[in-house]
Amino acid sequence: MLQNILDIWSEYNGEYIGGLITTLQISVISLIASLLLGTVIAIFCISPFRTLVIIGRAYIEFIRNTPLLIQIFFFYFGLPSLGIQLSAFIAGTLGLTVYTAAFISEAIRAGINSIPKGQMEAARASGLTYIQAMRYVVLPQAFKIVIPPLGNQFINLVKNSSLLGVIAGMDLMYHADIISTNTFKTFETYILVAVFYLTITVPLSILVNWLERRLKHA
Amino acid sequence: MDFAGAYSWPNVRYLLEGFLVTLEVAAISIVLSFIIAIVFAIVRYMKIPILSQLVFLWVEMIRNLPLLLIIFFVFFALRDVGIKLEIFSAAIAALTIFESAMISEIIRSGLMSVDKGQIEAARASGLNYAQTLRYIILPQALRRMVPPIVSQFISLLKDTSLAIIISLPELMHNGQVIYNSKSTYIIPVLLLIAIMYFVINYALSIVARRLEHSR
Repeated sequence: MLQNILDIWSEYNGEYIGGLITTLQISVISLIASLLLGTVIAIFCISPFRTLVIIGRAYIEFIRNTPLLIQIFFFYFGLPSLGIQLSAFIAGTLGLTVYTAAFISEAIRAGINSIPKGQMEAARASGLTYIQAMRYVVLPQAFKIVIPPLGNQFINLVKNSSLLGVIAGMDLMYHADIISTNTFKTFETYILVAVFYLTITVPLSILVNWLERRLKHA
Repeated sequence: MDFAGAYSWPNVRYLLEGFLVTLEVAAISIVLSFIIAIVFAIVRYMKIPILSQLVFLWVEMIRNLPLLLIIFFVFFALRDVGIKLEIFSAAIAALTIFESAMISEIIRSGLMSVDKGQIEAARASGLNYAQTLRYIILPQALRRMVPPIVSQFISLLKDTSLAIIISLPELMHNGQVIYNSKSTYIIPVLLLIAIMYFVINYALSIVARRLEHSR
C-alpha cells in the first residue's frame, strides 16, 4: 500500500499541491470576508435599533440552523435560475462566508458582551478618552475571549471548504475525486488527502489550544 | 421560479420522505456516537495506559478531518479494499465515527470541569471510586454537557446532508431529484428544505437554551 501511495504522489503531486493551495485560498478569503460580515452582524445585534437587532438575530438563527450545503447549492445551482452564473470557486466561497459569518458574529457578540459595562465607565472616569478606553481596557479583554473561538472557526472553515469538491470547486477533495477515478486506488488517494488536511488543521488546533491556555492565564 | 409547481403534493411528500430518512439516520447516529463517546471519554478520563493515548490520537485525527472525507473513506475507499457497506449503513458509520469523536471531547471536558477537590472530598468521606463517579462527578458533569450535546445533535442533523454524495435518499438528495427534473424548481425546493431543517433545529436550539438557563 505504501508503494501505491508513493506512486500516486509522484504522478499526481501537482494536483495535490494545486488542490491544497485552492483549499487554503478559499479558507483565507472566506475567513476575511466572514470576519467583516460577522462583525457587521454582531454590531447589528448589539445596536439600540430594534429592526437591526431582529435582522441580525434572524440571519444568525436561520443560517446556523440550515446545512452549509444548501447555502453553497443556492449560490451555485440556484442563482443561475435567476440569470446569475457564478464559478464553483466564487459560489462556494460565498456559501462558506455566509455560513461562517453567522458563527463568527456570535463569537464576537459574546466577547464584547462579556466585558462588564463598569469597565468602560471606570476607564472613562479615570480620564481616558473613549478611544483610549476601548484600546487599552475593553478590546484587550474582548480579544482574549474572541481569539480562540475564531481559531476554531478557521479550522472548521478549512474542513468545510471540502464541500466545494461536490460542486467542482478545484479544492483538495475535487482533485482527489479525479485522481481516484484515474488510478482506481481510492483508498490510497484519500489517505494522501487526509494527510494534507491534517497538515493544515493539526498545527492550527495546537495553536488554538495553546492560545486558549495562555490567554486564560494572561 | 415556479413555487406552485414545486410545492405540488407529490413533491412535498417526496421531500417529507427524505426528511424522515434524515431524522432516522441522525437519531441512530447520535445514539451510537453517544455510547462510543462515553467509552472514549472514560478511557481518557481514567488515563488507562496505551488505550488512552490511542483514543487521544484517534479523536484528534477524526476531529481534524472533514466529514466529507470520512464519508468517502467509509463508502468508496473501504469498498476499494474489499469492505462493502450499503449506503444506509455507510452513512451511519461515517457520521458515528465523526460525531463520537466530537461528543467524547464534550463529555471529557464536562468530566474535567468538576473540581478535583470534590473528588478528593468524596473519597475522603468514604465513597469508593464508582460511587464518587455516580453521585458526585456525573450529576454535575451531565448538566454541563447537555447544551453542547444538543448543539452537536443540530450539527449532526445538518451534516446528514453530506450523505448526498453517496446518494442516501435523505432530504437534500430528494430535493436534488426534484429540481433536476425541472430547473425552475431549484430555489423554491432549496427554500423549503432550508425551512424544514430550520424548524427542527431551531426548536432543538431553544430546548438547549432552556436547559442552559435552568441550571
